[in-house]
Amino acid sequence: MTAVGTEGAAVALDIHARTSTRRKVIDAFFKLFLWISLGIALGTLITILIDLITEGWPRLNPALITNMPSARPERAGIQSAIFGSLWVVGTTAAISIPTGVGAAIYLEEFAKRDRWYNRLIELNIQNLASVPSVVYGILGLAFIARGFLSLGFTVLTAALILTLVVLPTVVIASREALRAVPNSLRYGSLALGATEWETVYRQVLPAAVPGIATGTILSTSRALGESAPLLLVGALTFVTFNPDGFDSPYTVLPLAIFRFISEARIEFRPLAAAASVVLLFLLMGMNSLAIYVRSRYEKKLR
Amino acid sequence: MTDKDYAAVRTEKAGPPIRVETPGAMNDAELHNDAEIVFDVVGLSVYYRDFQAVRDIDIPVRQKEITALIGPSGCGKSTILRCFNRMNDLIEEARVEGSVRFHGIDIYQEGVDPVELRRRVGMVFQKPNPFPKSIYDNVAFGPRVGGFRVNMDDLVEESLTRAALWEEVKDKLSESALALSGGQQQRLCIARAIATSPDVVLMDEPCSALDPIATLRIEELMQELKEDYTILIVTHNMQQAARVSDRTAFLTVDVNAVGQRTGYLVEFDTTDRIFTSPARPETEAYITGRFG
Repeated sequence: MTAVGTEGAAVALDIHARTSTRRKVIDAFFKLFLWISLGIALGTLITILIDLITEGWPRLNPALITNMPSARPERAGIQSAIFGSLWVVGTTAAISIPTGVGAAIYLEEFAKRDRWYNRLIELNIQNLASVPSVVYGILGLAFIARGFLSLGFTVLTAALILTLVVLPTVVIASREALRAVPNSLRYGSLALGATEWETVYRQVLPAAVPGIATGTILSTSRALGESAPLLLVGALTFVTFNPDGFDSPYTVLPLAIFRFISEARIEFRPLAAAASVVLLFLLMGMNSLAIYVRSRYEKKLR
Repeated sequence: MTDKDYAAVRTEKAGPPIRVETPGAMNDAELHNDAEIVFDVVGLSVYYRDFQAVRDIDIPVRQKEITALIGPSGCGKSTILRCFNRMNDLIEEARVEGSVRFHGIDIYQEGVDPVELRRRVGMVFQKPNPFPKSIYDNVAFGPRVGGFRVNMDDLVEESLTRAALWEEVKDKLSESALALSGGQQQRLCIARAIATSPDVVLMDEPCSALDPIATLRIEELMQELKEDYTILIVTHNMQQAARVSDRTAFLTVDVNAVGQRTGYLVEFDTTDRIFTSPARPETEAYITGRFG
């Protein structure tokens, strides 16, 4: 290959035969490696789904989502857990998205990088993202459920704790999206006599919406699967009614599944599998929403 | 054609310097030396932290003329241009000394609002940077944030007409500006800049990302815009400066012992004189391609 082009046309015509077998092998090997990686990821997901669906099949019927939990397995359902999860995740999103996006806008658009407090905030956010969620549960138990806020074991308590869990990732994802907006857009706007806020609100933010939406939805969907921090603030109660407000007791899907598994009677096993299928589909639903939002806005922008 | 290409061509041809035609520019005699000075730059220096990027620049910019800033890469042409609408404010460590008087008022004095200034001093960037919005919204953005109480449809049409783009886009005003070609995008950016009725339009190498035909259209457009606006253009292309401008500032750069580059003004005169009988040998060396 090295000689190509240096000795003129005669060599240039020879290009077909030059790629060595060794390089071809490496090329093929690398492709194979990528396929295997993809296969492992997809294979795991499919195996789990098939396993859960087969085991939960007898209970995958409308009664599953219309019935309340019960001590008798044949009558038990997960309605209160589905509604509890929706309440908790909805409230979490309502709190964490505006605050997270706001923090990201401050850090990315307004904060002066050379100030020590801004660097401290940045460092903290990076660190907070890697704190195990159960730690937030302990914090929530001490300061939100009891202690300072004393909100008790309610939907709002759960939402505030999950906000702490997802906020760092919401901030990081939103900052990435804002950073991806080219500076030329900001300069163009400022050069036309827009203020910094007008530039952010009318140019930068709309251009960053697809990224922000995808990032925030994916981070919030993490809240749907969280169980550890909620264990600490009383979500593991036997709730036979749907939440009717922020101050209502609740349970969530992951904990309902946990309950079913910890029941002594084997008849609860298919219920746990069926509930897991519901949880997985809810999660996939949220992820598809993220993809939909992204593609929709991107079409609008092009 | 970049300076390097230009230099290469000139070296090949060697021999007596070719006289550069300046068809677009007025002849010396036609230039009104009594035209009002819109921008008067006196003793301007720009620093990035401790490092001086340009020093002691004096350039008077006259009304309804095209003033070109030329010089080798890194001589601070764009840095100077960004002082005219205080875009350097956005760079935290940038600091400006000396004065830039806009209609007699120093724009760096206390009480001058850069936002207000930028409405009156428009800017067109090196790379076309339309907003990812419709063509209409691109033009209407400046007037909207400026709180203009006008018929927006008329203003958009007028701005696009002046930027010689109306005929091409009048049937697709609601389509995305990103679908336009590079040259059209740059004319849209010009339309956008003149929609806020500025006095002055700054152009930072407006054609460097465009093909020769699009470049020609922008140059023609500049001649038309000169009727109403004062234009300052930074260009890397000497022939372009010769073609379009009335006056030219030639800048060059000093490199100190630690490799820091400080730009300074060598000569400022009518374009005609800069390109035919420059007063300074450095200018002659540059325009004939022996340096830079």
